[in-house]
Amino acid sequence: MPATAADTCIEVQGLEAWYGRRRILKGIDFSVQRGEIRVIMGGSGSGKSTLLRHLIGLNRPLAGTVNMLGIDLAHAGTEELLHLRQQIGVSFQGGALITSLDVEDNVSLPLREHTQLDENTVRIMARMKLEIVNLGGFQNLMPSQLSGGMIKRAALARAIVMDPKLLFFDEPSAGLDPVVSAELDELILKLRDALRMTIVVVTHELESAFRIADTITVLDHGEILITGTVAEVRNSPNERVQDLLNRRPRDLVVDPDEYLKRLTEEDD
Amino acid sequence: MVTAALDRLGRRTVSTVAGFGYGAMVLVESLYFLVFGRARGQRVRWSAIAEQMRVVGIDAIPIVCLLSLTVGVMLAIQFIAALREFGAETGVIIAIAKSITREFGVLITGILVAGRSGSAFAARIGSMNVSQEVDALAVMGVDPVRYLAAPALAAMLVMLPCLTLLADVVAVVGSGLYAGPMLDMSLFNYLQQTIELIKPRDLLEGLGKSVVFAVLITLVGVCTGFSVQGGAEGVGRATTRAVVWSITAIILADMAFSFFLNR
Repeated sequence: MPATAADTCIEVQGLEAWYGRRRILKGIDFSVQRGEIRVIMGGSGSGKSTLLRHLIGLNRPLAGTVNMLGIDLAHAGTEELLHLRQQIGVSFQGGALITSLDVEDNVSLPLREHTQLDENTVRIMARMKLEIVNLGGFQNLMPSQLSGGMIKRAALARAIVMDPKLLFFDEPSAGLDPVVSAELDELILKLRDALRMTIVVVTHELESAFRIADTITVLDHGEILITGTVAEVRNSPNERVQDLLNRRPRDLVVDPDEYLKRLTEEDD
Repeated sequence: MVTAALDRLGRRTVSTVAGFGYGAMVLVESLYFLVFGRARGQRVRWSAIAEQMRVVGIDAIPIVCLLSLTVGVMLAIQFIAALREFGAETGVIIAIAKSITREFGVLITGILVAGRSGSAFAARIGSMNVSQEVDALAVMGVDPVRYLAAPALAAMLVMLPCLTLLADVVAVVGSGLYAGPMLDMSLFNYLQQTIELIKPRDLLEGLGKSVVFAVLITLVGVCTGFSVQGGAEGVGRATTRAVVWSITAIILADMAFSFFLNR
């Protein structure tokens, strides 16, 4: 299938992750097509953050492969990885702006490190990206002086400053009020349409997910329950998917043997 | 009981070996970026190095001067008191000069810089680690070792020998302030005699040590910073650990140096 392969941005096969003896990801298969907005949804502890860390190459897979823009992350050389990283942007949950640099320097950081552009061009490009995220005029503030929503938008500006092909967004609406969160959703849609990016959003906010997603992947206990369009996910017969959508508490089934073992086993 | 103890010992050993390995890797990578980075488009910025040099070196000048002056006076008092018993007061000048240039100048500077900058490296990198800034650098394709560790290492390699030289001078002057009058000579005379008695080897021994100390302080600080886990509390613990371990490393290295160089 060469035609579809060319349109696949991210291809994950049989991805496994363990923290100690806990299995976080159980053989994930996952692919994202060019130009789509994919939302990875799931409750706390579903493994979605771990999946994201593998996708952006911060964790190395114990088993399975992660292939991004045609490059196998586990076997890529440093040069290749560096080249790949210039084509992806990541906006972290807490923004992760460098606290010792002001907003403009934060946004210009990738340009200064990876390009030979002169200072004027760097400044103009950084300010253009700040205008896109509606932070025009705030370039001289330090990260500590920004509100939660502004930090996320500044982090977004930094993530897109190199015009990446792929954008990752971790919990865009976490800790924001509904209005700011809705504005951020609009911004994500605008980025896809204006800059033709492929966007992967990790979130547990249902409203935001349904609003921006082309396709949704629902993750639960390290397994993918369903991947499909918004309508497909809404109408999914899967009980765990419906629990998540309708905010129903889970019926935790207690296995007596497991329970006793957990209570009595000695720490290692 | 025995198996648990063995288990702990094994884990400790593995993590210690891993720590040394990690330190060596950071050292090699930093040197690589400093030497070849520019050619590979992975340069270490001069401005970052200059900023670190200011924080590590220039800002430390007043306290280095104060402490080395005090140590100089203290050494003069002790040596005069001790050597007077043997009537060997004429040996005071050379004894002071050699112990300052070979030992005390560099040791005082090292301990001071470990307390000031080793902890600062650990705190800065540790808090950046906790707030995902280190991750952010990595995914932007900016190697955290190049951006954070290499400038610190370069600054320390330049500034610690400079501070040591300064400490030597100030400490000798300090000793002269006390010893001069006690030996019935002017401060100028005292300094002149000291300069005649010091050999280049004495100075080089101190400076050589200062280079090693610079590497040790930087690596301990930077590596503890990068391995911080567990939020603000983790940063606090890392800062303490960085100071304790870098001072320990310095003193152990100093002993080894003195042993091999003065046999």
